[in-house]
Amino acid sequence: MSATLQNLVNQPYKHGFVTSIESDVAPKGLNADTIRMISAKKKEPEWLLEFRLKSYEAWLKMEEPTWPNVHYPKIDFQEISYYSAPKQKPKLKSMDEVDPELLRTFEKLGVPLHERMALAGVAVDVIFDSVSVATTYKDKLAEVGIIFCSMSEAVQDHPELVQKYLGTVIPSTDNFYAALNSAVFTDGSFCYIPKGVKCPMDLSTYFRINTEESGQFERTLIVAEEGASVSYLEGCTAPAFSSNQLHAAVVELVALDNADIKYSTVQNWYAGDEKGVGGIYNFVTKRGLAKGVNSRISWTQVETGSAITWKYPSCVLLGDNSVGEFYSVAVTNHYQQADTGTKMIHIGKNTRSTIVSKGISAGHSNNSYRGLVKVAPSATGARNYSQCDSMLVGHHSGAHTFPYIQVANNCSQVEHEASTSKIGEDQLFYFAQRGIDAEAAVSMIINGFCKDVFQQLPMEFAVEATALLSFKLEGSVG
Amino acid sequence: MIYPDSKIVLEVRGLCASVNGTEILKGLDLTVRRGEVHAIMGPNGSGKSTFSKILAGHSAYEVTGGTVMFEGQNLFDMEPEERARAGVFLAFQYPIEIPGVINSQFLRLTYNTVQTHRDKEELDPLEFDDYVREKMKLLEMSPDFLERSVNEGFSGGEKKRNEILQMAMLDPRLAILDETDSGLDIDALRIVANGVNQLAGKDNAIVMVTHYQRLLNYIVPDYVHVMEAGRIIKTGDKELALELEARGYDWVGAECKAASEAAA
Ligand SMILES: Nc1ncnc2c1ncn2[C@@H]1O[C@H](COP(=O)(O)OP(=O)(O)OP(=O)(O)O)[C@@H](O)[C@H]1O
Ligand SMILES: [Mg+2]
Repeated sequence: MSATLQNLVNQPYKHGFVTSIESDVAPKGLNADTIRMISAKKKEPEWLLEFRLKSYEAWLKMEEPTWPNVHYPKIDFQEISYYSAPKQKPKLKSMDEVDPELLRTFEKLGVPLHERMALAGVAVDVIFDSVSVATTYKDKLAEVGIIFCSMSEAVQDHPELVQKYLGTVIPSTDNFYAALNSAVFTDGSFCYIPKGVKCPMDLSTYFRINTEESGQFERTLIVAEEGASVSYLEGCTAPAFSSNQLHAAVVELVALDNADIKYSTVQNWYAGDEKGVGGIYNFVTKRGLAKGVNSRISWTQVETGSAITWKYPSCVLLGDNSVGEFYSVAVTNHYQQADTGTKMIHIGKNTRSTIVSKGISAGHSNNSYRGLVKVAPSATGARNYSQCDSMLVGHHSGAHTFPYIQVANNCSQVEHEASTSKIGEDQLFYFAQRGIDAEAAVSMIINGFCKDVFQQLPMEFAVEATALLSFKLEGSVG
Repeated sequence: MIYPDSKIVLEVRGLCASVNGTEILKGLDLTVRRGEVHAIMGPNGSGKSTFSKILAGHSAYEVTGGTVMFEGQNLFDMEPEERARAGVFLAFQYPIEIPGVINSQFLRLTYNTVQTHRDKEELDPLEFDDYVREKMKLLEMSPDFLERSVNEGFSGGEKKRNEILQMAMLDPRLAILDETDSGLDIDALRIVANGVNQLAGKDNAIVMVTHYQRLLNYIVPDYVHVMEAGRIIKTGDKELALELEARGYDWVGAECKAASEAAA
């Protein structure tokens, strides 16, 4: 039984291929001139160049963090190329104008873009390497005043909005990787929902790392004005390279009074092979500011890829009665390492937060949940509920939980529940005795385990996530 | 019921098996034909559950000797799930809990998987719901059990009923019931026994492991076997069970020993 399970888990990465779109790649290395070159290439205003250079200065003085429970050889930041752009006309009005090679790429991913859009009515802002090449549904969104475009376009077309909010949730000095991102980010998504507007469709971006050895520094900013609401989907996969690729994205969300932002991620970057060679280093800073009263920030993530994941989508609950949510499934297999979780910072009165984390570790992998619930003296009546469940698959994997709770007033309520379980041979035997093979059994057990999180995903994403998990894990019990 | 010239469902010859190096089955023989109901009785630890699990294909047990044919096929050539699909059903003595997996979804998957392998129609969720509720009625089970996790928090008796429900759904060729009567209250025993009797027909066979004569009042066995130290040492009809109830097991062992000494 163990042998079957091992085979199933060891299926090669399905999305491993490199497309041949010609790239415009910057020489390796980072200094102030590299930053000036990026800024000039993107024809950026002076204030943004300054923002970058200041961030760079800050970064130079910072140390790479060593506290996460992950281990990897030291990264040589001078060995990375900080800019790479596919050579093509940036503004496309319809899918017909997109490079057919790119469309084929999406087809290989099993997510034909046109089909996806037709099916789900999703507006897709395609990020291919670092430059956005196609934006759709723009007109429809524009009708209601929604801006959904690449960060580069936003800098050109709506500089005042970008300047107003960029770096306000995650200051460039926040941490080592946020500083690096602030200095060298090349593109990302920008989304602005005006006052009172409910975004009529889920907004979606497919990220994809394509050029070997090019660091990816995406920058995303979503602003929901008073009473606005939006659901944003982020999904990604990457080619199977053998050398590690650094990915250090920054995502900032701002929700004003009564606004609601739901951010969902399915992450399936190349995780390295079964011996732990290669794979993406995913060091991401994501934070939402629930700035206004009754505002809500909700993170849902399904993390299955990357060699190393270091990621804590967080909520700063500033507005009174604001709500923060974090729903996470993190799967690790082989030699993957994940240190992920969230921070819920309660500042406003009667703020509420929910954390549901499901960690699944298979193979020789290590999966850590790290979560901070901090209740400020001002946050009277704050409430938090945290539930952290780990599931071990096989005998060589590790699960760890690091909850940090800091409560600075005496009229708040913080609840934490944790459990660890294991898929046992006897459970699989029970399934087998009823005709169900190990593959289907593991899939069913895992989906049951992750149910509370999958329920939070938009419908078509949930289907994708379920399939992805089965693909990643089926048969990893030993 | 014993039918003349009925086909052999299960033929066990000289089966020896061990777990972690300890020999538990030591030359077990048993022949079961279609239509028959067999009861296996015997003291605790004599190897009854071990035998049941080996038939179902549990990987913890190592078969060290002997043969088992199921419907003319070498059982040991089949994976556990293949055995189940071919019609070997084991109602577990201790059904395991599977937290997070909803019973109705589990039941439908098992039903459809087995149906598919028998070239029969699958049922969609709505059709299956009707189907399973009908079966549950026979076992006087509340539909509430459909929405709960498989066996999780079920009482001992509820777990046993859930096993019989699955047996009823999967229509096995050979049903092995390992102490299905243990932990059942008097009403439940009657209901479960009814369920088993509904399955019993001329095309399938039932092997019941039990400690109590009581069950055999409801499901009348054609053969009663006594198992001791990994072997079947005596076989009789239903009267044997009554005798065991009255006299215990010691005399069987003694009689057996005397017989083998006489032979030597
Ligand atoms: N995994 C195991 N490791 C060690 N010993 C085992 C294992 N499984 C079974 N045994 C031993 O094998 C013997 C037979 O056990 P088995 O469960 O088959 O008995 P049984 O006849 O079903 O008993 P009961 O009537 O109590 O259910 C027992 O002595 C038991 O302790
Ligand atoms: Mg037993």
